[in-house]
Parts: sequence; C-alpha cells; structure tokens
Amino acid sequence: MTSIRLIVDGRQVADEVEPRTLLVQYLREQLGKTGTVIGCDTSNCGACTVHLNGRSVKSCNVLAVQADGGEVTTIQGLAPAGELHPVQEAFREWHGLQCGYCTPGMIMQAVDLLNENPSPSEEAVRAGLEGNLCRCTGYHNIVAAVRHASELMANRQPVGSGADA
Amino acid sequence: MSTTTTDSTSPTGEIGRDRRRKEDARLITGRTRWTDNITLPGMLHLAMVRSTSAHARITAVRTDAAKAAVNVVDVFTGADLADTVGVCINAWPITPDQKTPTHPPIATDRVVFAGEIVAVVVARSAAAARDAAELVEVDYEELPAVVDLADAERNQVLAHPDLGTNRSAYWKFDSAEAGTGGSVEAAIAEARTTGVVIEREFRQQRLIPSFMEPRSVVVDPTGEQITVWSATQIPHILRFALAATTGVSESKIRVIAPDVGGGFGGKLQQTPEEMVAFAVARRLAQPVKYTETRSESLLSAHHGRDQIQRMTLAATTDGRVTGLKVELAANLGAYVALVGGGVPVLGAFMFNAIYKFPAYHFGVTTYFTNTTWTDAYRGAGRPEATFAVERLMDELAAQLGEDPLVVRARNWITHEEFPFTTVSGLSYDSGNYELATEKAKALFGYDELRAEQARRRESGDPVQLGIGVSTFTEMCGLAPSRVLGTLDYGAGGWEHASIRVLATGKVEVVTGSSAHGQGHETAFSQIVADRLGVPFEDVEVLHGDTMIAPKGLDTYGSRSLVVGGEAIVRASDKVIDKARPIAAHLLEANPDDLEFVGGRFQVKGTAVAGVTIQEVAGATFVAHNLPEGTEPSLDADATFDPDNFSFPHGTHLCAVEVDTETGRVSLRKYSACDDVGVIINPLIVAGQVHGGLVQGIAQALWEGAQYDENGQLLTGSFVDYLLPTTADTISFDLDHTVSPASSNSLGAKGVGEAGTIASTPAVVNAIVDALRHLGVSNVAMPCTPYRVFQAIQQAVGQKSASGGNPS
Repeated sequence: MTSIRLIVDGRQVADEVEPRTLLVQYLREQLGKTGTVIGCDTSNCGACTVHLNGRSVKSCNVLAVQADGGEVTTIQGLAPAGELHPVQEAFREWHGLQCGYCTPGMIMQAVDLLNENPSPSEEAVRAGLEGNLCRCTGYHNIVAAVRHASELMANRQPVGSGADA
Repeated sequence: MSTTTTDSTSPTGEIGRDRRRKEDARLITGRTRWTDNITLPGMLHLAMVRSTSAHARITAVRTDAAKAAVNVVDVFTGADLADTVGVCINAWPITPDQKTPTHPPIATDRVVFAGEIVAVVVARSAAAARDAAELVEVDYEELPAVVDLADAERNQVLAHPDLGTNRSAYWKFDSAEAGTGGSVEAAIAEARTTGVVIEREFRQQRLIPSFMEPRSVVVDPTGEQITVWSATQIPHILRFALAATTGVSESKIRVIAPDVGGGFGGKLQQTPEEMVAFAVARRLAQPVKYTETRSESLLSAHHGRDQIQRMTLAATTDGRVTGLKVELAANLGAYVALVGGGVPVLGAFMFNAIYKFPAYHFGVTTYFTNTTWTDAYRGAGRPEATFAVERLMDELAAQLGEDPLVVRARNWITHEEFPFTTVSGLSYDSGNYELATEKAKALFGYDELRAEQARRRESGDPVQLGIGVSTFTEMCGLAPSRVLGTLDYGAGGWEHASIRVLATGKVEVVTGSSAHGQGHETAFSQIVADRLGVPFEDVEVLHGDTMIAPKGLDTYGSRSLVVGGEAIVRASDKVIDKARPIAAHLLEANPDDLEFVGGRFQVKGTAVAGVTIQEVAGATFVAHNLPEGTEPSLDADATFDPDNFSFPHGTHLCAVEVDTETGRVSLRKYSACDDVGVIINPLIVAGQVHGGLVQGIAQALWEGAQYDENGQLLTGSFVDYLLPTTADTISFDLDHTVSPASSNSLGAKGVGEAGTIASTPAVVNAIVDALRHLGVSNVAMPCTPYRVFQAIQQAVGQKSASGGNPS
C-alpha cells in the first residue's frame, strides 16, 4: 500500500492505496465520488474524465499514486454547491444529455476545451470532444451546448468560474 | 382522413412545450445512482470466469487455487449452482416446433460461445475477485464451431449437435394465403416476361448495442424481500423471470432499475449475470455485486441484427411494384434470447413499408451459431426491413432511370387513402408521405444538391456527391396484446399507471414504463400537468422499482408514451371523475353543472371562483366534509392496452461525399422530416431523432461485430468496435409533420426508434448514388473506405473488361 495525499473537489484527502489502483477507482471506491463513472476498459470512452491540476485527464488512465500531491476536480466539485457551471447549465438548456452516463466526463472535457479555446467553432468543438463517447444524443445537442456555454462564459468573466478555476 | 395539424394546444399548454428536463439537475452534477454506485454492508463482489472457446465440452473446472486466494470467499461452477440458478427464458417461441436449447445462466458440461460464464468467483473486493478468476483453470475439449450465418445454413457444423440441425424455426407470411394480397410468385413470373425484376442479397451485419453504462447488478438477500438492483430496461419482466425460473415467490423479489445508462434494446434481457448474482447472494446470504467490464459487455451482452436478406422485387416497366418476396436467414447466436427469435418477425410486417404492394411474401429461418446470442437492438427487425425495401426502391429507380422520390411517390399510400390496410395486414391509421417528403426536400435543398451532383459528375471530380433517400415507416407502441397473442409472444403489451394526489396537492405519477435516458419524468409530468391542471413542478414521476410501481411491462419498442402515456391519461381522468362529486359538494352544486377547466371545477356559466383539484385533494385528505358514502381518496389507476400499433413515418435525405480515390465517405448534409404524431416535448423528440440517426448512420458506415473463424470476437473493445465520435458526425436539420395517431388520445406515435430505422438506408443509398455512374450498385455495410474503394475498383474493372468507359 502507498500513502497519497491530494486535494479532491477542494478538500484535502489522504489514503492508503494499492499502487495499481486507478484514479477513477480511488475516486469512486475510496472517496465515494460516484459522479465520475467508468464506461470502458481501454480509455476510449472518456466517461471518467476529471481535471488533474487544471487539465482534463481520463481518470482510468492515471494511477491514484500519480495524482499524489495534485489537485483533482470532478463533476461534483465543478461548481459551488447549489450553483451550476455554465457548461452544466448549457447541457441542461440545450438537452445535451439523455441517459446522462457520459455527461460528467463530457462536461469536464468541454470545460477543459473552453478553457483552452473560449470561442470554438463547431469543428473545434467536434475535434475537442472526440475522445468522449455518447450513445444517446448523436452529439448534435452536445456540440450546440458547448458552443452555447462558450457564449455564456464570455458574458460572465472570468472564464471558468467555480472550484475549477 | 389524415388530418395534418401543427397545433396541439391544451389548457395549460404543457403539451408541445420544450420543457427542460427534470432529470438533468442530478445528471449534470454527478448526483446519480447507477447500480455500480451502490454499496451495502458486507457486500461481496463477483467476477465471472468466461469461456475462452466458442464450442467445447468442459472436462474439468479447477477452483482450488482461486478458493485459496486472499480475500476470496468462494468459487462456484455451473454444477454448484445448477439447482438454484434458474434458466434464461425465451418469451417468444415463433413457431410451435421452434428448437429452443436450454440456456443455463452458467454452463455445466458444454460451452456454446466464447464469453459464456463457466464459473463465478466471490471475493471481498472486485479486484480480488478478478485476480482470483485468473486462477480458475478450465479444461476444454474443443468441438467444431459454426460461426458465420451462411455456414450455419449449410448445416455441416452444428452449434448444438444434439439438435441435429442449426435451424431453430421457419416463420412465414404470405399475402395470398392470408387473403391480404395476391401471389408473389405470379407477380414475379409476370415481371420476368413483361416487367422489371430486381434481385438482391443484403447483409445486415451484426451490431453491438453499446449502451454507455456497462451492465451491473446488486442483489441483497438480507431482507424479507430479496432486492435486486439492475441496470435493466425491464425490471418487471426480470422479476417475473427470476421468480418463474428459481421458484422464489414473485412477492419475495423486489427489482429496482435505478439510474440506467442507456439500453437501446441491449438491456431488454434477463441476463445470465443477473441469474448468477441472484443465486450466489441467496447461497451466501450476503449482498453481492457484479459489474461487467466493457470488454465483457461487448463479448457477452446480447448483440443485434445479423441477417442475410434475399430480396426479389417485381415491377411493371412504368415503375409500379407488383410484388415483393423476402427470404431471411437470421442469426440467433448460441441461444434463443428473451425475444431474439421474434426480432425478425417484428420486421415481417414492415418490408412493404409505406407502399401499396399488391403481393407480398415474407419468410425467415432462424439459425444457431457458436456466437454471442442476439436479441433486440434499437428498431429490432424494422431497421432491417426498412433498409432492404428502401435500397430496393432506389435500385428500381436506377433501373428505370428515374428520380428515387418519383418512383416512391408512384407506389406509396397517398394521404387521402388513410386508414389503409396493408398487404401484410396492418391498418395504418394516419400519415402524409407527400407532405413529409415535400418538407424534407425543401429543408435539404434537394434540387440544388442534385444540380451540384450533376456538375461534379460532369467535371469528373474525384470527390463525388451522392444523395440518399429513405421514406420509412415503422410499427411501434408495442403492442396490442391481442396481436401479440396471435404472434405467439409470451406476454401482453399493456401498460399500467397510477396517480396519487397527495395532501399538499402534489401529484405522484407511478408508471410501469421505466426510463433509461428517454426523459419520461419530464414528458409524463407535462401530460399530467395539462390533464389535471396542476403546475408541471408539482408532478413527480415514480418508476423503475417493482415495490413502488408494482405493475408494468417496461420500456422498449417505442411504447412508453403511446401505451404508458395513455395509461397515465386514463388514470388522470379517473382522478378528475373522483374529484368531481367532492368538488360539487364543496361548492354546493350539482356535479353535472360543473366544468373542469385549467385544474379548477366551477359551475358552468358563472363567474364564481370554484375550487382547484389541489384544494379538493386537501379536502379529501382531511375528509371532514365529503358527500355521504364517498371514499376519501382521489387516487386512481389505469391499465391501457392499445387496439393498434402506431405508425410514425418520415422522409430522410442524406448527402455524402465519396472520395473515389480513397473510398472515404464524408457526411455532407442530413435532413429529416418525421411524423411522430402529436409531440409532447419537442426538445426530447429532437434528441431522440438525433441519437437514433447516429446509431443508424453508424450501422451504415462504421459498426460491425467481427469474429474470427474460431468464434473469437475480434471487436471486443472500443478500440475495435467503432462507435462514432463527435469528429465523425455532423449536425442535422429536422422538421416535422403532425398526423395524430388514433390509437391513443394523445395522438402520439413514438419516436425512440425512428431515426435508427430511417437513416441506415439513406446513407447507403447516398453512397451507391455517388458511385452509380461508375457501375457500383451496392456496398456492403459497414461501408468502410476499404469496401467502398473495393466496390469502385470492381465496378470499374468490370466496365473496362466489358468494353465500357471506366470514367
């Protein structure tokens, strides 16, 4: 077992983990951060996307020990309690989700995309979300939601407000 | 008879409103309850040991090493659980003589597909269970495996040698025998001499539903009721199957489908994993959890499609279809799944589609192979039918040198002809194919794109434009129980709802139709808000738990709204009927003098304020002042069984660009005008269409399960099974016509499967259209760059060999 200490959704946590534990397993099984989900075992689907030190990662592709000393933001810490991040708001407003299973990862990836490119074209949104699979929406409304979120965020500086900023 | 309207106003205007979904507040913040999120005190974890062989005798299963591993609680083989594990049922024996091998949830002496469960390891953690599963040694004596459907037809290698054949059943419909039309053989014979005959063989490749949430099941046997949480579309059917095959009383089983992450038919199953988890939990008297990996899901959750379609279309030289003959071979995989045998039969009534074919014959032979079992996948039988007939209509148009829409219009049912009894015996209640086509063409810019296509063809552009047409219909809203009975289906098709009016005036709606992404909570709230005249926010929809919603037949076949929604309407009306005498008593009026408008009972023709149904609910709750002999309750329930299917339809137009030098296909534009009847929530409807389109497009372009010759799945991960991404897809243009359905008072037709059913032939027709001038008349699905390139090379080669001009 290895000791790790990190910040998850704004709170300090310390645990003993098996070195082989994936970050997503640590989040779900030890911290109970079940908002982040697992959709595949080959890092294709992106359902488990979180932010590690401000950048999106597929948390099935990072060992928990690699996150030691880092700062992790999950869907559950993206916005302060009772508030929504503009990307969350836009997904709801533009019906960018159906079953909702890919949604946490999709939103975390979209936030990362908009942090990097605050006003992406449709093509840029499509390229930026390529690593996140959705089986319900056909992506049409996800793309629309992300572009709408970019407008919301432009009107509400600073960009990327919330715990993730 | 068909009335087309774009107006669907109602008292408070909830129906037709683009309400944002109630479900989303939780889903976008990660406050979710997927089955895999559930942990219970003392919960143990299961890992399955799966067959590595497609067909073999099990000669030994050695579990000692696994049992001795740290944190392992026990290991069970098929023999250990045989007495208690039950069986996987087939609910749709399509013929009395159908061959249906017993499907044990865990194999005992023989495995018949790679991925079948042979042992289960129980441990204190999922990781320990998986580690120990590697320690279980299984000895197999290999048997010959039949993998490909065409090989199965030859009956040389048998998937189940004891059956003596790979054939499970033959089911047919013939319009001459049924008296619904003429003789197909006569029509074909006549067309061979004086008309046009189009003969084609199409391959419906095998698809994997690929819901995003892997299947998961938790069983807690510690209460008086055994509670089963499962990522399932069918909690009620699962409860029945668990009870019926294990001997545990149905009333001792509670099944909960909590948040369920997609299904698309793939979770319309009584799974071996559920049965094994149920048996192990009972055996150990402790809660257990099993969550599959994605690789296990692709390997062992049921697959869909997989048919060979042998088609013969007869027509006159002026392009009127005189007969259609369909002979299918359908791949069941290793077992007859829950409704897997009947999936092709769901297509039997749909090959004639929107057309007035005078003669029709349909036959299907179902075959066993040593592959993963197949069952429903979005559309189930109807996408296959639509694909074949829409491909043939394009081939007919090409043969006649006509526009494919012109040929269709010559053969389709016109809007004045509804209701129309088809050659397969269904009664289509409403539709307007002309209007949908006109609107789709306008949205698409059909004439402009045809002009561009001509320009590119003329200039010899290496990137050719193709335009694909699909004018589809489907039968949905499964289903009238009486019809299901005539098809030998093992259950009915009704749906149940109950309405509880609480003391505070809030309304609880209980539905037997449990959602997994469709937005039932929102749409059903809109219906009840309108009907009872209460605020949308005051309606709570409860579902997916057999203790809360004890009656139901669950969610599939685009049935939730048209069957389940109508049950809710009828239960609401009963609530109003029960409230009326109480309201009259409170208002000191005659019940017959009251009108109920906008949630308020008032005396007709007076300006008196009256009383709201929520106020009546409060008065009923305290029950201090009710009319003599009145039951102090407004609660009501209803079970609705439709008398007909509903028949959504639409015209879908797809433009693709095909690079003739590389075979690459790019989507250029996709426009669809669908008629799904009255729309409750346009936002949800659009989402259903978008998602359906991409699944159908994916069949045309990307997806396909592949096995090697030994029956090993080659597409066993998302690296190999290509789900489309944002980068592969485009945004869509949608429009609607509204021809209300007559099978339910909402006028709704269902929308869950429409996009998937319509889009596959639109895409393939577009690809063939782009390459027709080169001599290409078909490309097998998925139309990968390699296959498209090959088709071009073959066609060009044939043309130059026969002295034609390759350009």
